[in-house]
Amino acid sequence: MSRSLFLRDSVVRKNLMALTGLFLCLFLVIHLAGNLQLLLPAEQAQVQYNHYSELLSHNFFIKAVSYALYASILAHALYALILTRRAKQARGPQGYAYDKRGQVTPWYVRNMGVLGALLLAFIIIHMRDFWFQYKFTEMPLDAEGRKDLYTVVAVAYQQLWYVALYVVAMLVLGFHLLHGFHSAFQTLGLYHSKYNRWVKWAGYGYTFIITAGFAIIPIYMYFTQNQPLP
Amino acid sequence: MKLDAKIPEGPLQEKWNRYKATCRLVSPNNKKKLDIIVVGTGLAGSSAAASFAEMGYKVKSFCFQDSPRRAHSVAAQGGVNASKNYQNDGDSAFRMFYDTLKGGDFRAREANVYRLAECSANLIDQAVAQGVPFAREYGGYLANRSFGGVQVRRTFYARGQTGQQLLLGAYSALNRQVAEGNIELFARHEMLELVLIDGKARGIIARNLDTGKIERHAAHAVVLATGGYGKIYYLSTLAMGCNGSAIWRAHKKGAGFASASWTQIHPTCLPQSGDYQSKLTLMSESLRNDGRIWVPQKANDPRKPGDIPEDERDYYLERRYPAFGNLAPRDIASRAAKERIDAGFGVGPQRNAVYLDFAHAIQEYGEDTIRERYGNLFRMYEKITGHNAYQRPMMISPAAHFSMGGLWVDYELMTSIPGLYAIGECNFSDHGANRLGANSLLQACVDGYFILPYTIGNYLADELRVGKISTDHPAFAQAEQQVEAQLQQLLNIKGNRTATDYHKELGALLYDKCGVQRTKEGLESAIEQIRALRADFWENLRVPGEAAHVNTELEKAGRVADYLELAELMCYDALTRDESCGAHFREEFQTAEGEAERRDEEYQFVSVWEYAGASQQPVLHREELAFETIQPSVRSYK
Amino acid sequence: MKIQLKIWRQENAKAKGKMVDYDLPDVNPEMSFLEMLDVLNEKLIRSGDDPIEFDHDCREGICGQCGLFINGRAHGPMSATTTCQLHMRHFEDGDTIYVEPFRASAFPVVKDLRIDRSAFDRIIQAGGFISTRTGDAPEANAIPIGHQTAEDAFDAAACIGCGACVATCKNASAALFTGAKVSHLAMLPQGEPESPERAEKMVAQMEAEGFGHCTNTGACEVECPQEISIEHIARMNFEYNKAAVLEK
Repeated sequence: MSRSLFLRDSVVRKNLMALTGLFLCLFLVIHLAGNLQLLLPAEQAQVQYNHYSELLSHNFFIKAVSYALYASILAHALYALILTRRAKQARGPQGYAYDKRGQVTPWYVRNMGVLGALLLAFIIIHMRDFWFQYKFTEMPLDAEGRKDLYTVVAVAYQQLWYVALYVVAMLVLGFHLLHGFHSAFQTLGLYHSKYNRWVKWAGYGYTFIITAGFAIIPIYMYFTQNQPLP
Repeated sequence: MKLDAKIPEGPLQEKWNRYKATCRLVSPNNKKKLDIIVVGTGLAGSSAAASFAEMGYKVKSFCFQDSPRRAHSVAAQGGVNASKNYQNDGDSAFRMFYDTLKGGDFRAREANVYRLAECSANLIDQAVAQGVPFAREYGGYLANRSFGGVQVRRTFYARGQTGQQLLLGAYSALNRQVAEGNIELFARHEMLELVLIDGKARGIIARNLDTGKIERHAAHAVVLATGGYGKIYYLSTLAMGCNGSAIWRAHKKGAGFASASWTQIHPTCLPQSGDYQSKLTLMSESLRNDGRIWVPQKANDPRKPGDIPEDERDYYLERRYPAFGNLAPRDIASRAAKERIDAGFGVGPQRNAVYLDFAHAIQEYGEDTIRERYGNLFRMYEKITGHNAYQRPMMISPAAHFSMGGLWVDYELMTSIPGLYAIGECNFSDHGANRLGANSLLQACVDGYFILPYTIGNYLADELRVGKISTDHPAFAQAEQQVEAQLQQLLNIKGNRTATDYHKELGALLYDKCGVQRTKEGLESAIEQIRALRADFWENLRVPGEAAHVNTELEKAGRVADYLELAELMCYDALTRDESCGAHFREEFQTAEGEAERRDEEYQFVSVWEYAGASQQPVLHREELAFETIQPSVRSYK
Repeated sequence: MKIQLKIWRQENAKAKGKMVDYDLPDVNPEMSFLEMLDVLNEKLIRSGDDPIEFDHDCREGICGQCGLFINGRAHGPMSATTTCQLHMRHFEDGDTIYVEPFRASAFPVVKDLRIDRSAFDRIIQAGGFISTRTGDAPEANAIPIGHQTAEDAFDAAACIGCGACVATCKNASAALFTGAKVSHLAMLPQGEPESPERAEKMVAQMEAEGFGHCTNTGACEVECPQEISIEHIARMNFEYNKAAVLEK
């Protein structure tokens, strides 16, 4: 039986969803670990964070990984689109006149596409505000002569609406992960009746740490850093 | 009508092997030139179709359901018997043969019954190979339970869904052959007529139930595997679509119909609760392994079951049949229940039930064990009745279930029409006058997997010469015309009563006069009443819609029309048998203790009926039953 | 009790359908849902109307032929219950009940509430079997199968093929149906050898029939009358991926 690996059928495509999803999950851990430096005392955070940012943007390995990351995001989104279209076809033109299927499953499980689209929008805003500025614009330098991304971040997080946007986005991410993490294992067929439950709990734990970790940063900075740094 | 059972010579244990060794064969490359039609996709039909196709024949398989997997074999709960003797309790093919023959009150053929027992072990092997998840012991070996009428544990089971699992096994084998291109599947097709050419079965006329289109299908042999006609009582354990139309129409074309009135009334079903009721759900006989049946000692006792003390309960089966107790065979258990209910000891809101109590078993083994054994049955009970049987006894009642009667077949399972075979429940089969629990799945499978694939070759070996059968033959045109005319006639009555209406009335009448108990007067009056009802049917029936579309009411009407004729035959069959045997209990023929009085000198034969025309008394032929190996005894379970 | 029904009527596969109102003033709470429809049909026939076509057969929850979308839920509001086992005692006097067919493009409507589920048969035909010949099988006890394995295999094999999983799935996926069969046969030593290939073929057929993909929402296992777990979908994915990775 011949197969064109990428397009043949929904299990293959779903594998790609799962693999890219899990890769993004892994990235989130690293991203969070780096960002937690923002919670250090201001001066120390500034030095360390800017150093860290420079390290990331000049390391060849990190660069390669980042391309894989962009590709994963695009593939994840693209396959989601294909699958959503397919689901629409599979459901057929006639919907239910009276539909209470929502009683059966939690809302976020049924709305991964919507959550995903919101996340994509957030990622675009997020990258425009930080990544784009860092890469493609003139930026002030810190005391050690490094691009002062820390200040850009700190300034951004002094606007209440921006902090709120981030917190909401992290909630969106949280619900996406709440289903996505476990679902990825299910899709890859990595399951065992006994350990299935562990994977589920691991997913919940992971989701909580990632969501809380990312959400706490803007909140913390909003309350602790309302004076612009020199 | 010439009846030759074609039983092979030789000692009982040798007959089948001898037959297999000497029957004619069709060579492998010739099989693909031969077409076989199989009507019905239950255990018998699916297994036969799959086996034929594997052998190389070209098969057309028909069912009226929307998928072969839905045939009513799917609903069999308790299990399937096989004389594997895994339990080391002294079982053997011979013992199983004897139990089955005795269970059937010595009204079946020795040779057929022995073959059934002999092939039973193969079936378990076959099913396991197909992936049927039978219950297993902790060591990984197959588990067994006991069933009514036997003193060994030889019943294999898959929780309470044994029929489903066996059927899915056969269905998967069928589908494998569909994929191979050896079987053409016609779901939602109902056979409406048998086509004979030069006296041989050569095809069928079927109606596509999704389009209403009438179709002709030709073959070198036709196999009917259409199941039982217990639905004739309307309230029964059967599926709504189960019917006797295929065999009845074959009967009208000349196939002998045997023992029509031998219908098993199953003792453990849910009682009727109102006149809207469409079926009576069966609760597996396996429940009688652990459940105890009782009624209050006081008639019309208003107390709740839990409030009735032990010494005021009548465990009537244990009292009357101490050796077998609650596992007395079905006919006996049903009759005993009806006796208590009629005498005013019935329980439940309609006073039409008896208790099946698990309190003792729960006390002895714990609720978890009982749940593992019967969990799905208890749940089903709760869904239907709203009651929790772990806390209060189930209420059960007898209901029409299995037809031992059906088309007469010889040892090769061929009917009296050459080239027409009947397998599974639709033939008059190996169960005599009463079928033992868990023998039904067995017979259907053995007929389809192990017997017919051999015997059909013996006939088809001669049919190679005739070449492809054409549906352009005038016999097809004529049969098709007849079918269309009947459908039109049903539609044209435009009266004011529905088919279901007639069906209910017929069912009640038949259950009353030709059910658990029968009398001469009752049967005679029933024949008159059935004729009157039939006349009324053809005058006042109302079928909406047209023949050329989906029309469930038209399907029902056709089936009821056949039931109205078959019912009359059942009454003749019961009326002409002046004895009581198995499920056939004539009140005039009972012992002082109320047990069946069998009259071997006069009635040791199978009644085979020949159709004589509309409203004509059918012609009775006899197939004498010769017992060479065993001596019929008085059937006692005391 | 008094019941108002809103039922999907559709003349044939091509016609446009619509919801139609019916009143039943005198419903006995002990009736099953299908018996209630019987009563309505008898009434319709008597008044010269076209009765409502709906699928059903065994009426004891095992044949899988009945399947209605009742009040927005596959097989109605009760868990682990087929339409035929649903009883009117679970509704209130005066209720309005919506009755629609199971919907999916792979399940076209034949008439009214009756649908065509032959796609399921074709999925089984693609590989839902063990390739053994009838008539000559090895001794049944030759291969011991652990008690728990047999029980687990049964859990998957219990599928009745009703299609509730598809009807309730937001993607109209048949993954639970297909997964149950793949899983049942993969767990048993008899079915294990051809398991990856089976998964591959059955999934391909499921795809070809136009069913959607699985997003593991778990709605199917909630609505499944036999309570088949979505773990079996995971096992199907495992078998499928095994085929993809190990195929020569």
